[in-house]
Amino acid sequence: MLDLAKYPSIGAALKDALDQFANEICLIESDRDREKERLTYRDFKDRALPLASALQQAGLEANDRAAIIMTNQSKWLISAYAIFFCGGILVPLDYKLTPDEQWQLLTHSGASVLITEYPIWRQLAASSGRTTATKLRTILVTEAPSNADLAGAGRWEDALANNVAPTFVSRTRKDVATIVYSSGTGGRPKGCMMTHENYLEQCVALTSLYPFAPGFRYLSILPTNHAIDFMVGFFGPFICGATVVHLRTLRPEFVRDAFPKYKITYVSLVPLILKNLQKGLQARFDALPSGKRKIFNALVSANKALTKSRPRLGLSRLLLKQVHGGFGGELRAIIVGGAFTEPQTLQFFYDLGIPVANGYGLTEADTAITVNDLRPFRADTVGKPLPGMEVRIVDPDKDGIGEVFVRSKTVMSGYLDEPELTAEAIVDGWLKTGDLGRFDPAGHLQLFGRKKNMIVTEEGKNIYPEDIEAVFESLPVKEFCVFAANYIWPRRSMTGEQLVLVIHLEPGQTLTEDLRKTISSLNSRLLNYKRIHGIIFYEEDFPRTASLKIKRNILAERLGKLDRDAAIQPL
Amino acid sequence: MRTIDQTTQEILDLASKHFNVPAGALSPDDDFFKKLGIDSLQTLELLSRIENHFNIELPDYEVQGVSDFRTLASRIQSRL
Repeated sequence: MLDLAKYPSIGAALKDALDQFANEICLIESDRDREKERLTYRDFKDRALPLASALQQAGLEANDRAAIIMTNQSKWLISAYAIFFCGGILVPLDYKLTPDEQWQLLTHSGASVLITEYPIWRQLAASSGRTTATKLRTILVTEAPSNADLAGAGRWEDALANNVAPTFVSRTRKDVATIVYSSGTGGRPKGCMMTHENYLEQCVALTSLYPFAPGFRYLSILPTNHAIDFMVGFFGPFICGATVVHLRTLRPEFVRDAFPKYKITYVSLVPLILKNLQKGLQARFDALPSGKRKIFNALVSANKALTKSRPRLGLSRLLLKQVHGGFGGELRAIIVGGAFTEPQTLQFFYDLGIPVANGYGLTEADTAITVNDLRPFRADTVGKPLPGMEVRIVDPDKDGIGEVFVRSKTVMSGYLDEPELTAEAIVDGWLKTGDLGRFDPAGHLQLFGRKKNMIVTEEGKNIYPEDIEAVFESLPVKEFCVFAANYIWPRRSMTGEQLVLVIHLEPGQTLTEDLRKTISSLNSRLLNYKRIHGIIFYEEDFPRTASLKIKRNILAERLGKLDRDAAIQPL
Repeated sequence: MRTIDQTTQEILDLASKHFNVPAGALSPDDDFFKKLGIDSLQTLELLSRIENHFNIELPDYEVQGVSDFRTLASRIQSRL
C-alpha cells in the first residue's frame, strides 16, 4: 500500500499506484457469464492518459468540473482518473436518476464536461433539461453504436486515439476533489464539496481495519458514484494494487456466480441485498435433510464458539466449507452500508464465519465515521469511531441518547453554493449528522432514529420529503406537505421508515375516489423507493413564515399530537 | 412474431406464476412494485425469468425506471 501521508491529492496517489503496480490486474469486467476484459494497472494508464490529453485539449483545467454518469464499469474509473490527472473536480452522478434530475444536477454543479454511456446519453439528449446546462462544453459517450446520432457528443473511444502526452496538474490536500450530491434532486441540491484530504484520510482509516493488497478482489456492485464504492471499489484497492471486478448485469444469479468465479475478497452491499442473500441461504439450510441439518447446525455452533472474540477466517472456512465455497472461499468480509442493517442479519453471517463490516457514515463525512472492528463482533451497534474521528453525543436525554456530532479531516468543506446550509450543518468544525445515538460502555455507537426530516431506504437511498413534493404540485387541494412519519412521531428505529403526504382540503372539499386516484397516479410517477405510503388529513391552515414557506417543524409538532396509527390512511 | 398484446399477456402470466398471485389478478397498467409488493431485487429476478422465456437479453439500463407491465412489454417487444 502506498503511504498516503506523502500525497497531496487523489490524482498524485493514483499516478504512483499505476506505476508501482503496473503488472498487477486492476480491473476485470464481466457481462453475464462472459468476461469482457482484464486490465493491468499499465493498461489502465495507457487508456487514461490519452483520455486526459483529450480532455485537456478540450479545455479542461484545474478546478473545472467534470461529471460522470455511468453504470459500474472500467470506463468509469478510467474517466475519473483522467479528470483527476487534469486537476479537475469530479462530479459523480447517480445513473438511476431521471434525465431531468440529472440535468438539474449537471446544471447546479456547473460541469463543463460530461462522460456518460450511450443508452444514458440517448435519454439525456432527448430531455428538455439539456438547455439549462449552459456550461457544458464537452460530452463524451461510451459504447455508442457506429451509426448512432450522438446529438453533439463525441465518442469516448475516439478520445483514446490521442497521442499527445497530457500534463499532470497537481492539487493540494485542501482543494476540492469531488462534488457529491447527497440529496436535492427535486428541491435544493446539496452538493457536498469533498476535498482530496477527505479521501486520503478516510482511506488510511478504513484500510487500517480492512486492508487491500495485490491479489485481493473487490466485487463492485454499489454504484461507483456512491461514497462507499468510490472508496472501497476504486481509491482503496488502487492504492494497494488490488483488483476491482465489475459486472455489467446485476441480476442475482450473475452476482452469485461472480463470487466463486473471481474468488472475491470483499464486496459492498446495501442491506436490502444482504437480507436477500440471507433469505436464499436460509432456504437452502432449511431444505437440508434432517441428518445433514443437525451436522450443519453443530458446525455453526462450533464456529460461533470459536469466533466469539474475533473472526478466524481459516477455521470458519474449514468448518463451513460448503457455505464458504459458494462465496469463492476467499471472502474476508462483506461491507454493508448506505442504510441501517438489522442486527439479526449481521449475526446470521457472522455465525457462518463471514464477518459483515457494518458501520455508520454519511456523504458529508465521506465514507464512514464508525465501523465494526470485529474484536469482538457486535451486531447491535454500528461499531467504534474510525481512527481520526471525533464523535460526541449532543444534548443527551435521560437514556444518554442525543444527536451525533462528528469532527474529522473527512468532513466536507461545505455544500456547493449554499453557505447557509453549510453553516447549519457544520458548527465550529462539528458536523451535525441529524442522527440520534449513544455510546455504550465499550465505546460502540448505537443509533436510535433521526432528528431530521428524511428517510433512508433499505436500498441505501436518502429521501428528503422536500425533494418529492414537486410531483404533487397539481394536486387540487388547499395545501399539502410531505413528511417522514418518524419525524412527526419519533421512533427509536432506523428501519421501516415511511413518507406521508399531509393534505389540507379546501373548505367543503371531501376525499373523493377521484382525488385518491389522482394522488395514486402522481405518486406512481415517483421512482418506487421515493413514494409516499399514506395520507394524513389536517383540518387547519399550515403554519407559514412571512415569505409563506411552511414551518415544517411546527407543523410536525402539531401533527405529532395526533395518534399515528389513526392519522395515517394507507394509500 | 408475437403481437405486443401477446407479449404483455405472457409477461403478466410469468409474473403471476413467479410471485404466486392468481392468473387474471394483474393488468398491463399495474405498477408491479405496488401491486406485487416487490422490491427492486425481486424485479430483477422476474426479469431473468422473462429473459429465459423470450430467449432475449435485456440490459439493465433498458428497464431503468420502468414500473408498469405495459412499458416493460414494449421494451421486450423491441428486442424480439
